[in-house]
Amino acid sequence: MTTFDLEAKALSKRFATHTAVDALSFGVERGSFFSILGPSGCGKTTLLRMVAGFIEPDGGDVEIGGRSMCGVPPNRRPVNMVFQQLALFPMMSVGENVAYGLARRGVARADRERKAAEMLDRVGLPGLAAKRVDQLSGGQRQRVAIARSLVLKPTLLLLDEPLGALDLKLRERMKIELKQLQAAFGTTFVYITHDQSEALVLSDRVAVMNSGRFEQVGTPQELYYSPATPFVAGFVGANNRIDGQVSAIDGDLVEIRSAAGWTVKARRHGTLKPGDAATIFVRPEVAVLGRSTADLALAEPAAVHQGTVESLLFDGANSAVLLREQASRCEFRVALPQTGRYADLKVNEPVFFSFAADRAVCFGVGSSHG
Amino acid sequence: MAKATASASQRLILWLLLAPALLWLFGLILLPHLDLALLSLRERTGPGEYAFGLAQYRTFFTEPLYWDVFVRTATISLIATALTLLLAFPIAWTIAKLTRGRLSTLLFAVCLIPFWVSETVRTLGWMILLRETGVIPGLLVTLGITEVPIEMLYRDPTILVGLVYTSLLFMVVPLYGSLESLDDSLIEAAYDLGGNGWTVLRTVVIPHASPGITAGCIVVFMLTLGNYLTASLLGGKNSLWFTEQIYTQFITRFNWEQGAAFGFLLLLLSSVMVWTGLRLSGQRFSDVMSRT
Ligand SMILES: Nc1ncnc2c1ncn2[C@@H]1O[C@H](COP(=O)(O)OP(=O)(O)O)[C@@H](O)[C@H]1O
Ligand SMILES: [Mg+2]
Repeated sequence: MTTFDLEAKALSKRFATHTAVDALSFGVERGSFFSILGPSGCGKTTLLRMVAGFIEPDGGDVEIGGRSMCGVPPNRRPVNMVFQQLALFPMMSVGENVAYGLARRGVARADRERKAAEMLDRVGLPGLAAKRVDQLSGGQRQRVAIARSLVLKPTLLLLDEPLGALDLKLRERMKIELKQLQAAFGTTFVYITHDQSEALVLSDRVAVMNSGRFEQVGTPQELYYSPATPFVAGFVGANNRIDGQVSAIDGDLVEIRSAAGWTVKARRHGTLKPGDAATIFVRPEVAVLGRSTADLALAEPAAVHQGTVESLLFDGANSAVLLREQASRCEFRVALPQTGRYADLKVNEPVFFSFAADRAVCFGVGSSHG
Repeated sequence: MAKATASASQRLILWLLLAPALLWLFGLILLPHLDLALLSLRERTGPGEYAFGLAQYRTFFTEPLYWDVFVRTATISLIATALTLLLAFPIAWTIAKLTRGRLSTLLFAVCLIPFWVSETVRTLGWMILLRETGVIPGLLVTLGITEVPIEMLYRDPTILVGLVYTSLLFMVVPLYGSLESLDDSLIEAAYDLGGNGWTVLRTVVIPHASPGITAGCIVVFMLTLGNYLTASLLGGKNSLWFTEQIYTQFITRFNWEQGAAFGFLLLLLSSVMVWTGLRLSGQRFSDVMSRT
């Protein structure tokens, strides 16, 4: 049986007329790294602050470590929070920051200084206890903020976009460090972010949030390869989107025809009937590219589409090419093979592309919100 | 060459910009004080004859009345400053942290309203309320709290109330400034790590606000120490307030030398108090001044 460190039960919060968190229920397994991924304004911070106890929910309950947190103030909850702007105390030294929570618990000075120093060692900041907070670099501050919480051995650590303020290079490094820290301490992390790459890289499970609700909860692989809603398909990873009407249904496959007259086949998600409005999502790396139809070398027969190169998007291993489909003038993005083949494509060059219909997914419009 | 003239003209502009401030400082503060200093060190040896001497300062230390009044003024000023701080802190906290927009502007205006009326009129208003035949003693009798109307004027608590009321705004403003700049997430983080109201106040809020607290205390202490009107109107002729002694020496006794010496002793007192205050709170004068 799995034990949950955090369980939300029909948790809701309304601000005036706006529902920030809409009757959410979910569980976070002990020792896991759980992310909540969603665009800004979708209610992530509100949700996290209800778990931490800074916002009183309008309805529902939060259970932490199996105990209801109804009416428990933030300073009595077995959770700690890493704030978006870190909120380190500038009036105290690094050591005092880390020892702050221990001091509030009445741990003796010598004891808490020793524990703070040990914790600083564990997060890779040995001997920095006497420094002032403003003498640290961005990455070091990040680690102090985490150390300050983890030294209290919370059941749950909440992190509100903690990497948001860092520059790209540092963010990449801190991502890895964060994952290693979580593995080393085994504390349950609840991490919120609007950056899908952070969520995918770090998490055991990810909840994709939109307008106060969870669209899908699953492993990063599940979200990426089998999105449950058009919103998840569009939000997680790059995706080509083709809107149209269902023109034929063939078992699990549907054929849709876009307004501009492009016919595409894809795997059906949910029930659809001819004439329904539908949207197809195709990942750029699912499509193959060729200068001639012979180049496509398809394992199984699939529709071959024709297009011209609109622009080349060189980004090392993530390079792609933006095409325009011949007939419909629809934009379509195809990942370039890692071999460096087709690196010499020219703008306006005519090309062929194709993708297996069962690796594209089709959602009926209105079959699901979003 | 061109650069040299540019910097020379820049320097000229700088001096011109500073000129009003320097004139003010020199002409209205430094010069009169120099004059007072010389005056205080002048000893009258005969009618119209003077010599250099410390007689005025000697009088201060040998005459117990003067010394008592001096200590009393300092003590009451300190108490008034502390009370003002206690009263102003929740007000500043409310304006800075608990209210937004219109409401906080309104609260500020409420603190400012007393200053739309001149200090004299304001204090006379207090006298109407507090004198034996006034509103408040009458009310106390009507409510059956006292049997006969009591005289509330000319008592130390009354002087304190008046001084605190007059100083409140000068404490609220610097406190507001330093509390406003305190990031709310620091307070939340302190709670999150297990702090309670008192420990958060002691470990996060007060250390952050201490330049503002010190600045407010200095301003209020100086204002109270130098206050003449409130102390003498609410305290009466025998309020035993040091500025009143100075006034008496200058105006009633026409003993300018003694008055000047008292003035200097008062200046010395406030300087020593400010210095001690800064020392005790571990603040630097420049930090504090940037908060006022
Ligand atoms: N205190 C508040 N009062 C009114 N509306 C709020 C308040 N806090 C958040 N909101 C609204 O709730 C929504 C969700 O906010 P938030 O939880 O901060 O989103 P996120 O963290 O996902 O960006 C936003 O539309 C925001 O404007
Ligand atoms: Mg947020």
